[in-house]
Amino acid sequence: MNAPLLPVAAASTSGADLLLWVAFPYACLAVFVVGHAWRYRQDQFGWTSRTSQLFEHRWLRWAGPLFHLGAFMVIGGHVVGLAVPDTWTEAAGISEHAYHTTAVWAGSVAGVAMVTGLGMLCARRLLTRPIRLGTDRSDKVLFPLLSATVLLGLSATATHNVFGPGYDYRCTVSVWFRGVFTLQPQPDAITGAPLLFQLHALTACLLFAAWPFTRLVHVWSAPIGYLARPYIVYRRRAVPTAAARAATGGNRRAPHPGRTR
Amino acid sequence: MASGETTVGPRGEAAVGRVMAQVAMVMNLDKCIGCHTCSVTCKQTWTNRTGVEYAWFNNVETKPGVGYPRRYEDQEHWKGGWMLDRRGRLVLRSGGRVKRLLSLFSNPDLPSIEDYYEPVTYDYDNLVSAPAGPDFPVAQPRSVLTGRPTPITWGANWEDGLGGAGEHAGADPNLSGAWAEKVRFEFEQTFLFHLPRLCEHCLNPACVSACPSGAMYKRVEDGIVLVDQDRCRGWRMCVTACPYKKVYVNHATGKAEKCTFCFPRIEAGQPTVCSETCVGRLRYLGLLLYDADRVGEAAATPDEKDLLDAQRGVFLDPHDPDVIAAARDSGIPEDWLEAARRSPVYDLVMRYKVALPLHPEYRTLPMVWYVPPLSPVLDAVDAAGGNQDDPDHVFAAVTRLRIPLEYLAELFTAGDTDVVGGVLMKLTALRSFMRERTLGEDGDESVLKAVGLTTREAEDLHRLLAVAKYADRYVVPAAHKEDAAALTAVENRCPVESSGGAEDPGGGRVMLGIPTLRRKKTGDRP
Repeated sequence: MNAPLLPVAAASTSGADLLLWVAFPYACLAVFVVGHAWRYRQDQFGWTSRTSQLFEHRWLRWAGPLFHLGAFMVIGGHVVGLAVPDTWTEAAGISEHAYHTTAVWAGSVAGVAMVTGLGMLCARRLLTRPIRLGTDRSDKVLFPLLSATVLLGLSATATHNVFGPGYDYRCTVSVWFRGVFTLQPQPDAITGAPLLFQLHALTACLLFAAWPFTRLVHVWSAPIGYLARPYIVYRRRAVPTAAARAATGGNRRAPHPGRTR
Repeated sequence: MASGETTVGPRGEAAVGRVMAQVAMVMNLDKCIGCHTCSVTCKQTWTNRTGVEYAWFNNVETKPGVGYPRRYEDQEHWKGGWMLDRRGRLVLRSGGRVKRLLSLFSNPDLPSIEDYYEPVTYDYDNLVSAPAGPDFPVAQPRSVLTGRPTPITWGANWEDGLGGAGEHAGADPNLSGAWAEKVRFEFEQTFLFHLPRLCEHCLNPACVSACPSGAMYKRVEDGIVLVDQDRCRGWRMCVTACPYKKVYVNHATGKAEKCTFCFPRIEAGQPTVCSETCVGRLRYLGLLLYDADRVGEAAATPDEKDLLDAQRGVFLDPHDPDVIAAARDSGIPEDWLEAARRSPVYDLVMRYKVALPLHPEYRTLPMVWYVPPLSPVLDAVDAAGGNQDDPDHVFAAVTRLRIPLEYLAELFTAGDTDVVGGVLMKLTALRSFMRERTLGEDGDESVLKAVGLTTREAEDLHRLLAVAKYADRYVVPAAHKEDAAALTAVENRCPVESSGGAEDPGGGRVMLGIPTLRRKKTGDRP
């Protein structure tokens, strides 16, 4: 982190690496941002968790909480592992060894929960006929992509950090990740990383690009405001809201995100 | 919230409350013949689409019976409605806010499709395309959900006319007390009546309170409870919270849908489709003015049996000058106040007190009320060897009806048989008095006096209940013209106008009431 490397200055970086670790992530992020803006404006009607509990609830009872709570832990772990530089944790008095022991243990528990949940969710989707028939194109992209990302991440951790000698991604992958967001991309940081980590990063980029066009958008609707809201909601019919007025512009007729246009 | 919307708590501190108007309904159960015209016309209007094949915004149940969805009245199981916690505070039975958010990943109290029924269509094509053979071709039932042949084993009114009652009706959650042993399901000993049900458009709606997204709301102007289809995120907590199970998940769009009280018709001053097409002419529509600030307090009344009076206490007398002044302050237009004074619902609920709410103990303060059924009372008098003209004999017969008072009390008064008995006696007295009048006699006014009616009131009530002219049954003031632009912009969009939701953006298509086989639809997809 001490000598930020600008892409133009990275004489040693190959074109392929620039494409994979600079151009591709930025393209995915751009799609992520613009896609969300488009979907939010155009498709409020399609913005939903697409629940299938009506058709199957026995597996969902375990799979839903396992997957979601596991995912929350995994996301939290990624935020700590990727966004927080190792110098900060060391400054806070957490030794390298303590950090990695915690990360491996908590990460494994979270990862296994998430994978188990996701596996069960995929299974019920395939095995319950009404759910399978109700699976749309965006789901057919999302479920494999999500599974691939999660499995690659879990196998990278398992291979290198649980059963392997240990790989300090905080000095490589994390540096690349932060570089993308600080607008000082450092593709060199990740080019030396093990293949599983690289693949995991790439599928994650794809997942972010696909995000706004799938049911994953329901993540942004996590109803935290409910905790503070009065129970009964009254609304006047008479005055159209600004949002509703904008919505009459044609969201109802908007194509479903699974549909290409 | 965005500008132009008001989100206000139900419990204000003001001495004079906010007056709100609600278009409410009363059904006279004596007249319901169980023809299901209301259900069918409602379905053709609102739910003949992919995703809501199983949903009936209006359904007619045979009582006693388990209902639709099965045993929906068992709130110990389904956790619908409100209850008082140990400290006497009003809480949703399905739990507090934090518990609800934790249930987002899997709702433990959501009915599954088996609790409703598996919707089917028939393979009509086979009737014309089957190859020539020795047997007559038949149209096999096929599941709309799987496209596969499926036996039909349940439906929205499987128990129609007590069909299968010997096997199923004992599971009716209302048959819980010791008195239930009196109920027999043998021919010539049993009883039945029909109970048409739709969304109650409650004053204290549990569904609205449970919606994590704030997508459900009660309209200030007419009290209609709606789901904002653009805001619903499919968290499905409303389905659990509604004790009447009148909110449904559209499995194609992933959004909640419910009875809209036909608001486009109501706004135009027309009755709902179920009312308009009711063959028995048993439905009444009219305004009730209520004090929005007293709703929470009334719903938290400690004794369940006091809830009926508590709810009546929330309603305001549209003839009272103070109420009129307060209503004007709250912005209720003059023609609405005039309509409120002519409201048949106000007469049945407040003036004559012959209408009762369905399951007041759910504490949602429902706004579709029922005149309890009386049918065989005069036969019961004869059967007991009594004189139909002797009020003592007639009133005594009310307690010996085949429909046990206890059963009606479970449905309409949280178990208070005195209230139901009082209503039935009033109806009996009215019937006895008007029968004598019709037969050319004077009519025994002592019968009326015993139930607190004057001759004039009896004639009015008879006109309302028995003659039941269209203009007397439906007093619906149109929404205001000055709001017309706003109506077109927001609410006039039918919340379900695109037929297949996510799958079918072709909003212009008019769907027939025959569900498309999913099997074929899937095959058609590229």
